[in-house]
Amino acid sequence: MTENTANLSQKTTRPGGFIWQEHLPGGAHWSGIIRRGTVLRLTDIEGNANVSMLMNNIEVKNERYNMPDTLKAQKTAFLTKPNMCFTDMGRVICSIIEDTCGWHDTIGGLSHAKSVQQKYGDKSYQTAHNDYFKNGYDSLLNELEKWGLNASDIMPNINWFSKVRVEDDGSMTYVPNNSSAGNYVDLRFEMDAIVCLSTVQHPLDPAPEYNPKPIELTVFKADVIKKDDACRLHRAENERAYYNTKIYYGENPNDEC
Amino acid sequence: MTNANIDANRIVYREVVEAGDPWMHEVKAGQRFRIVDLEGNQAVDTLFYNAHDHSERYSATDTIREQGNIYLTKGSVLQSNLLNPMLTIVDDTCGRHDTIGGACSAESNTVRYAIEKRHMHSCRDSFLTALGQCECNADKPMTKGDLSSNINFFMNVPVSPDGHLDFDDGISAPGRYVEMEAHMDTLILVSNCPQLNNPCNGYNPTPVEMIIWK
Ligand SMILES: [Zn+2]
Repeated sequence: MTENTANLSQKTTRPGGFIWQEHLPGGAHWSGIIRRGTVLRLTDIEGNANVSMLMNNIEVKNERYNMPDTLKAQKTAFLTKPNMCFTDMGRVICSIIEDTCGWHDTIGGLSHAKSVQQKYGDKSYQTAHNDYFKNGYDSLLNELEKWGLNASDIMPNINWFSKVRVEDDGSMTYVPNNSSAGNYVDLRFEMDAIVCLSTVQHPLDPAPEYNPKPIELTVFKADVIKKDDACRLHRAENERAYYNTKIYYGENPNDEC
Repeated sequence: MTNANIDANRIVYREVVEAGDPWMHEVKAGQRFRIVDLEGNQAVDTLFYNAHDHSERYSATDTIREQGNIYLTKGSVLQSNLLNPMLTIVDDTCGRHDTIGGACSAESNTVRYAIEKRHMHSCRDSFLTALGQCECNADKPMTKGDLSSNINFFMNVPVSPDGHLDFDDGISAPGRYVEMEAHMDTLILVSNCPQLNNPCNGYNPTPVEMIIWK
């Protein structure tokens, strides 16, 4: 515990107040509330991590991260700075304000029990205790249920630090070694959100070994959001979604706060 | 013309869905389901559910990943969220269908076009209208939470290797169709897209025909 905290203080420096930090081993699942006005930093500690994420509005839980709306509005098939992550209700759930990796997948989906078993074989709790093989679908379902959510909330998810390229004929290629040790992505939350995470390997990762990588979560206080914020300015669509989000919270979108 | 090669005795259901309308119907395991783009360039937003357990449904990401390609065409197996085959596309005279572009909504209209376009007709409103009206939904009601990422039949959403995504004019034409065979009793939920702001249906929504036969 103290070792973690000591290790981390250097690479997690950023303007704005530090709030908390937590280490997630590979193959773990996690969920929690990330408040608007804070920044969640995901750090790939060893390189080649994969972090599958789902996000829901804590107040209106069936408002959730929507992959098609996010991609269409920003004319992109992957996520990086200064993209915003849109919900199905025309609002922003979080904004990508920093990214040292450059490409994050949101079309590859999750691994399942049967695909993990086919690829890596069987390792149960009975034979391996806590090193048993996890899969993305069951891991996220487990976390969703803690918040009164269920399988219908397993939507197309984000896979942070993973890259899937689409060729002109539509074929999908997993690009290995997309992320190196120390890469991080900073997500400024614009909405109070339930965030569910799984650190199981990407379902298209061809590596034959089950070897999911650890990550680190750090939460900071966000800086004031100015009118010239790069995420807001990225596209007119982003500013309109930001407008929708501010008025949802009863705030004037032109106020900088 | 459009059903020239379907034996009329084998047709169990057929209906024209007018421009902008929702539609919901069940296709039984082993039956075939054809959507005919009557006038061309239409986008047909479609969701599939296991008719006996709506929590099992079409999954966009599982479908494209399992086939290793983001476009749907003949041979594509539409996977459920439990990784079970729901339907297989057995015939396709269009050649490409989208599964990452999703459905338009009142709320996304405000983001994509203008705040005041909220009140235009949209696919997710059509889905919700169908869920609210269909008797097939009486025993186990489905809600907005059951709407996942859908297929857009006849729609063209090209992605480039550098990750750029765009909406292109449709590649369909009058009379083109896509045909599927069901592996399980499947509930089909459709919005015949009313979108007037992008080229997915040539800025001119038109009717489609649904044919189910055995
Ligand atoms: Zn539509």
